[in-house]
Amino acid sequence: MAGYKNVMILGEVSEGRISPITKELLGCGKRLATDLGEELIAVFIGHEISTLAKQAIAFAADTVYSVDAPFLQDYEADPYLVSMQRVLEQEMPRILLLGQTFMGQDLAPRLAFKLKTALVLDCVDLSIAPETKLLLRTKPVYGGKALACFTSESYPQMATVRSKSMQAAERADSKKGKMIQVKANLDPSSFRTKILGRVTEKEEGVRLEDAEVVVAGGRGIGSAEGFKQLEELAKTLKGAVGATRAACDNEWVPTTVQIGLTGKIVAPKLYIAVGLSGSSQHMAGCSGSGTIVAINNDSRAHIFKEAKLGVIGDWKIILPAFTRKVLEIFES
Amino acid sequence: MKIIVCVKEILDPELPPEAFEVDPNRNLALCPESVSHVLSPFDENAVEAAMRIKDLHECKITILSLGNNLHREVVKNPLTMGADEVVLLEDEAYEGGDSWATARALAQAIKRIGDYDLILCGRQAADWDAGQVGLGMAEMLSIPSISLARKIEVMNGKAVVERVCEGGYEIVEIALPALITVSNELGQPRYGTLEGVLASVAKQPIVWKPEDIGMDPSETGESGRKLKLLKLFKPVREGECEIVEAENPQEAARSLAVRLREVKII
Repeated sequence: MAGYKNVMILGEVSEGRISPITKELLGCGKRLATDLGEELIAVFIGHEISTLAKQAIAFAADTVYSVDAPFLQDYEADPYLVSMQRVLEQEMPRILLLGQTFMGQDLAPRLAFKLKTALVLDCVDLSIAPETKLLLRTKPVYGGKALACFTSESYPQMATVRSKSMQAAERADSKKGKMIQVKANLDPSSFRTKILGRVTEKEEGVRLEDAEVVVAGGRGIGSAEGFKQLEELAKTLKGAVGATRAACDNEWVPTTVQIGLTGKIVAPKLYIAVGLSGSSQHMAGCSGSGTIVAINNDSRAHIFKEAKLGVIGDWKIILPAFTRKVLEIFES
Repeated sequence: MKIIVCVKEILDPELPPEAFEVDPNRNLALCPESVSHVLSPFDENAVEAAMRIKDLHECKITILSLGNNLHREVVKNPLTMGADEVVLLEDEAYEGGDSWATARALAQAIKRIGDYDLILCGRQAADWDAGQVGLGMAEMLSIPSISLARKIEVMNGKAVVERVCEGGYEIVEIALPALITVSNELGQPRYGTLEGVLASVAKQPIVWKPEDIGMDPSETGESGRKLKLLKLFKPVREGECEIVEAENPQEAARSLAVRLREVKII
């Protein structure tokens, strides 16, 4: 379509640097741009973000737009939506990608409906159709029981990308690119929501998303008390505890450790699934793990179809024996 | 206070992956008669959110749903929890829509309802997991919106919402009328009461066809889509699970640890 050109990604910041999902967006965006013979554009919205543009260029961006203003320190729908519209007044991309993050899943639908274009959230595969040059967007549906591939002919073709589903861009510090500042010209009186405060529910020990070992429990654990045993194993393995939605909904563990479609996405080296059936909604959050080990008393549980190694039996007997043996191995 | 809660009837999401089949020619999920239909669980959380407001304030709760051949026991279930009325956009013309077509029809229906303070939706429907209809409707209705609420309190024409975010939640104030999408962190939906069940038997849903909401059937459902579904398919699972066997569970647990050490995973 005339006028619409290039692939644009909206980046995110994490502790002053471009976040892991941003590197994955850049990696995937670069691949799509190369297939189209077009350029990769990155956008950052925030405050005091001048160092991000250089980083994004090193990670494959050809052009970086930055919208920098004090009101943009943290994500809020209205000012971010306006900022994004300002960028799109200058450059209308063929493809626009965001991360499937708290920001992306809130901002992308608003933007898509404003632009009257079609969006697919939570994509795990993106490619260019060889003949039509349209963006093919594949996402898990029915809680991960099926995959659906979509296309559309409205522009920009929008998608959000599930974290850890795309190859991150490689760093090349010698790479050159253009950096463009865009004025937000925001009027704070027009913001229709007001953030009164933020509450961080501090996680102890290793961050779940960064842990190399995750010990996850489900409905079968049965109580908050039961999860203490999972914590013990996690501590022994220097890992973190995760849980299914059922376990969180029962308040045995805080909702911040929920893994799955609507929780966190993890991809540790080792994922120990205890007393959980392996519903597709849960697997959506951990299927990228290196090795999945299942402990479950139901030999027909779906988790045994996902796991590489498994033990059939009562976790209350298996887990303590396993933890002791692991300790023994570490001590010898 | 007038609240509209948008709900969707779906195939039971608890259906195990083995029992789930798709028709690859029609790109549809098969729904054998043995499979039950339920309200999308996030929408039940939204009904619960509305009821918690009704527990404290005088309130009328209207349930709005879209589809065709909807099961009355499913769409009337919120009445058993304490909702007041059900409006259905029910016609074959509504079938096969995407987020765009669905949001458009729901927004038209809400305009016809007219008088409201708050619209609540689940964060996403647990079938297509599209996650766009709520926020999309807010854009179409030009009202402010907040997604992923875990708590909602209303007072003096405003709502104070706890919104789930990275590592915790933020507390956000929004002027009414507004649209809020609800996440499962809000808490389990309540059970129906006997009084509610009795009331639900007596109440029949109001049904609106496309012309009742000022739409042409060519704008709704399949014809109103922006997204084209090319393919619906089941993912291929590879690999087999090696079951660690032993004389007793303790022994199996120890063998598991040894196996993981052997392959240098721990």
